[in-house]
Order: sequence, then C-alpha cells, then structure tokens
Amino acid sequence: MRLTGAQILWESLVREGVNTLFGICGGAVIHIFDALPDYPIHFVLMRHEQAAAHAADGYARATGKVGVCIATSGPGATNLVTGIATAYMDSSPVVAITGQVPTPLIGKDAFQETDITGITLPITKHNYLVTDVEDLARVIKEAFHIARTGRPGPIHIDIAKDAQFSETEYHYPEEVDLPGYDPNPSDAGEGLKLAAHLINEAERPLILAGHGVIISGAYAELRELAEKAQIPVATTLLGISSLPESHPLCLGMAGMHGQAFANRAIQASDLLIAIGMRFDDRVTGSPPTFAPHAKIIHIDIDPAEIGKNVAVDVPIVGDAKPILQELNPLVEPAQHPDWMAQIAEWREDSVQDDALSRDFDQLLPQYVVREIWKATKGDVLVVSDVGQNQMWEAQYFIHDKLNSLITSGGLGTMGFALPAAIGAQMGRPEERVWAIAGDGGFQMTIHELATVVQEGLPIKIAILNNGYLGMVRQWQQLFFKRKYCATPLLGPDFAKVAQAYEIDGFTVEEKGQVVPTIQRALEIEGPALIDFRIEREECVYPMVAPGGSISDMIRQPQS
Amino acid sequence: MRHTLVAMVEDKPGVLNRVASLFRRRNFNIESLAVGHSETPGISRMTLVVGGDEKTIEQVQRQLRKLINVIEVNDVTHGPTVIRELALIRVQAPSAQRGEVTELVNLFRAKVVDVAPDSLMIEITGTEDKVDSLVSLLHPFGIQEMVRTGRVAMVRGSNRKEASMQVSE
Repeated sequence: MRLTGAQILWESLVREGVNTLFGICGGAVIHIFDALPDYPIHFVLMRHEQAAAHAADGYARATGKVGVCIATSGPGATNLVTGIATAYMDSSPVVAITGQVPTPLIGKDAFQETDITGITLPITKHNYLVTDVEDLARVIKEAFHIARTGRPGPIHIDIAKDAQFSETEYHYPEEVDLPGYDPNPSDAGEGLKLAAHLINEAERPLILAGHGVIISGAYAELRELAEKAQIPVATTLLGISSLPESHPLCLGMAGMHGQAFANRAIQASDLLIAIGMRFDDRVTGSPPTFAPHAKIIHIDIDPAEIGKNVAVDVPIVGDAKPILQELNPLVEPAQHPDWMAQIAEWREDSVQDDALSRDFDQLLPQYVVREIWKATKGDVLVVSDVGQNQMWEAQYFIHDKLNSLITSGGLGTMGFALPAAIGAQMGRPEERVWAIAGDGGFQMTIHELATVVQEGLPIKIAILNNGYLGMVRQWQQLFFKRKYCATPLLGPDFAKVAQAYEIDGFTVEEKGQVVPTIQRALEIEGPALIDFRIEREECVYPMVAPGGSISDMIRQPQS
Repeated sequence: MRHTLVAMVEDKPGVLNRVASLFRRRNFNIESLAVGHSETPGISRMTLVVGGDEKTIEQVQRQLRKLINVIEVNDVTHGPTVIRELALIRVQAPSAQRGEVTELVNLFRAKVVDVAPDSLMIEITGTEDKVDSLVSLLHPFGIQEMVRTGRVAMVRGSNRKEASMQVSE
C-alpha cells in the first residue's frame, strides 16, 4: 500500500489506538490535516498550542494512554514547549508532533523555521526529526513505545513538509529495535530481601508514595503493604490519590505545604520506604536535614533517580506494582502501637493548622475547596492549577477516589488546569471534572473556554480569586516584608467572560453563597464557572521556608 | 577525581549533541570527549573524561544510559586500561635549536612529521602525563600551534577474559 507521509502518520496513530488529539493547524502541517478527514480520529482544535500540549498531558494522566498533540513549525512548535516540559517533569506519556519546513530549507532561516528538536532535546524522553518518509512509520512506532514504557515521558516528532507529501510503501513495524533502551531495568533480587528485613525490623516505618504508584497502578499493592505491616503512608503532591486519603494509615501530603504531622513522621521515622517518587526539593526541604534517623528504601523504575538527590540504603530499580507484589509476601504482619500513638498525637496537634477548625465569616478558599468536595462527595476528577489554589486543593479536598487529581507538580506550570481538564474530560467522558485555578493562572489559558464550548464539555471551573499572584504574594508577605511588587493582579469579571462564551458564570462574594452556588453549578448539565472572591491575603499553612528543613514549619498563626 | 568513561552509542545524527547537552544541562564537568567509529558498523565509541566524586560519576553514567541512543557505558578508571592521547605540536626551531628539539623528540619516542625552515611539527602519542611533559619541555622553544585529541581508552585483554600479552611499551 503506497501512502503519503501524512497518511502514514494517521494510519500509524490509528494503529497505536489514538482516537483523539489536540492541536492547531498551520502551514507546515497542512498536508497532514488534508489527510485527517479520512481517519477515525477526533481532532480538538485548541486556541493555543501550549493548551494543546497540556490537554494531551491531561488526557494521558486521566487515561494512562498516550496523549497526542500537534502543531505547525516555528511559533506553533515553540508554543508547545511549556506543555512538553510540564509532561516531562511529571513523567506523562505524550507524543508531540510538529511540522517542519521542507528539508532543502532547513538551516536557511526559512519562514516559520525553528530548530525545534534542538529546543525540545532536554525536555523530552527522546525526539526525532524526520526528513525521509521512509523513516516515518518506524519513528512513530518507536515514539509510542518509548513514551508509554518504563518511566513514561513525552516524545517529540518533527516532520519536514516534504516527508509529509512524499509517498512510500507503508508497512507498520511489529517490533522496535532499540538496543540502548531498556524500559524495565530490574535489579531487585537482593534488594527485596534486604528491604523486607529492614521493614520487619523497623520500629517507626513510613511509606512515601509518589506518582509512580499511580502510573504503575500499584494501588492495591501499596495498600496491602501498608495494612499488612501497619505502616503509615505520606504522599507527594502527585502521589495524592494513590491511597484513599481517609484511610486510617494515610497521612496525606508531606513536604513544603504538607501536613505538619506527616513531616514530623518523616523526621522521626527510622525507615522510609519511598515508592515511585524522586525526592523533589518540595518534598525534602534541605536534603541534609531530611529524615535524619531513617534508613531509606527507594523503589523507582528510573535508575538515574537512585541516589540523585538523597543517599539511599536499599535501592530497588523496577516498576512499583511487580516490585511490591514480590516484596509484600516477604513482609511480616506487624503493629507499631507506640509509633501510631505518636503520629495520632501529632495529628491531633495539627488541628491548629486547619483553617476550618475555627469560626470564620470570611470567604476562605479552604472552605470553598472543602464544600466542593462535600457537594460532589469527592466523586470527581480534579485538575488543579499552580500556586495557592493547588495547595489548598491538595490540603482540603479529600481524595478517596484513586487517580482523582491531575496537577502540574514538577514544573509548576500556571495555566495548566483548564486545558488539562479539557484533555482529562475527553479521556474520561463519564467523569465529572472540576478545574480549580487561581485568577492568575486562569488568565494564562482563559482562551480555552472556547474549546470547552466547542467540544460541549461539562467541566466545572472554580476560580479562587484573590486578585494576586497569591503564592508569590505569600512569600513576599513572609520573607520580603510585605513588599507586594508585581503580584497585585487586575482581572476581568470572570462570570461575564464565561457568559461571553455562553458558559454559565457565577460570582460568589460571601461565605453564605458558596454552597448554593456550587449546587447550582452541579445542576447545570454543561460547563459552569464560579468566580470565588476569596479573602485576599489568606496564606497556605503550614509552610516550610524555601531551602529550610521540613522540621521547621511555619504554622497557621493563632488569631 | 577524574574518571574515564567509555560509551558505545548509535552512530546517528545528533547523538554527540545529546551527550554534550546532557553534560551542560545537568552541570556535569566534562574535561575531554573523543568520538570515533568502533569495531561494529553503526556504533560509535566515545571516551569521556569527567571530573567529580564517586556519586557524581555514578549519576553521570546513569543519566548517559537513559539516553535512548546510548547502548552501554563503562567506567574504566580503575581497571587495567591502555589510555592514550595524540598531540600535534608545531614548535619554533631555527637551525641552531633544531638538534636540541629533535633530541627531546627522540627521548619521548615522538616523531617529527613536518619540517619548515624555522619550525618542526611533532607528533606524540602517549598518556596525558607524557604529552604534558613534552609540552612543558618544548615550551621554552616557543610552541606556535598545538592540537590534542583528548583521551581514548581501551581495557586490556585479560580483563576481557581473553588470552592477553601485555606488550612492553
């Protein structure tokens, strides 16, 4: 079968199971789009390429499948960069496709030419420039294989225009030939026995569960390990919803804005079992002060994460699910009554950090998040943005549903929530999806309201609007003598903006309006937006000062 | 301490860039990098000299192995290894000093590969120390031009579980 490069691309995407992709058309991909109507793929036209990459990322995280986005050369391609970097930092399987100027023009500074593979090199798991149509089928096969196996990550394929319209005989390879790629390096053997020994001997063990547990689908195995040996579980931000948060052994999120009792447990533990996480500085604080009494078992699929940030005692390289399936039978049932009592005491003490534990009249963001949780009974997929809104969501939404939070953890990309929610909703159409954002981040991708309407997506949007770039303002308040330079932020009337897109928009200015307005939004079949005008200078507590030890937390001030 | 790493990589466009970019981005300290064909068609061999403590070197190797086009990485620093560097040196040598320079060349078992009226081009192969010594001895005569290949390395045969004869140097 002789096909053009464009047809080969679509044919191959169909064979990889792609039925949805996100992007924007343009001159250097016009041949690709010309062939699209012949294939059973739903193309979602976004309003900005960054949003297309976030949507593909959101789709990937919601479904576990590869998310695909496409853009033209030059500015279209560079606009994808933030989204690709976001997916890279959070190990999300995305295939990003760009058009490139015709091969004879490469290097000539042609119109809309940019060295996009040079740009994406350090923010992709791998990338390709295809100038010969003969290479295209193999490259697509490899790209999907690399994206979804091992530690997932984004792959970028740049296709020169002439490779899109040239023809060749098409056959899709059955296998890949990648001698330098071992997706499942496993050297568990002795490590498992040693790990089990340490777990069986430990008096104050603690599990730190990360995104890898969710990617691996190791929910049952994590729970089994925790319950069998009565080991409390703290999570990273992206590890939230790897274990139901109301499980008695779940301590919630640790780290910079983690629960004080979770951080105290880390600092007092004699054994840390880190699963599918990479000791990010937002989790560890200052590394030399981190978990000073603990031996560390580190289970991760990426060998390069072992010993990168924190020295570990027992490294176990492999996929969390099969590793835990091997480890759990070696672990003896145990109780740690003293340890549990100690943590319970700390948990009791941490009530002081709960903004909702006191009487208040103001419109607190924590209250908004908690009421969304109550109204939806937690049976939703939340996509949060970055900053204070993200931390309040992480602290006050109780994620009992597995894999129910999508957020930009590693890169911390403002503007992520709305486009990622679009991707997540397309991937899980039966799910109720809530996007929770601040007024700053929301304005970075506000144009995607058009895509929400265009696709008829019933996404509910909550804006925690304090008229500031709030997290930076909080740092200025705490560490820069309240010099609010460049953080006060003018915003539009978001409800009116929503209405201009024919989305139901509401404004909430008082505490008493919160619950009824959430109810109204839920009763609407289509999308709805609520602009919550929250207490402007509310801070996220507790907090570890940047670079400080997680032992030294700034607690909620007692008024 | 300086470590010598040998990496086998796919001979594809951009691979050198991927390796160099990795060192830059992760703030690793690369002192020299020599690349050329290996015994297998399609596979290039890189010899990298990298500075850093054991932990850093371990991290360098793991990050290198993550590159899809990198097939194998070994640290040959502590093994029985033949390490060589080649240098070409153009040294000022008017006839009055030519004898002195050629005497040094002979002592170092180097070679004169080009003769001009007032200069000699010298080729030397050896360890970096050996090359360094010759360079410092030639310095007073006036070095006009110099190129060094950087280190290349190969593990001795006995370490490859083959019969080996260590030929005297």
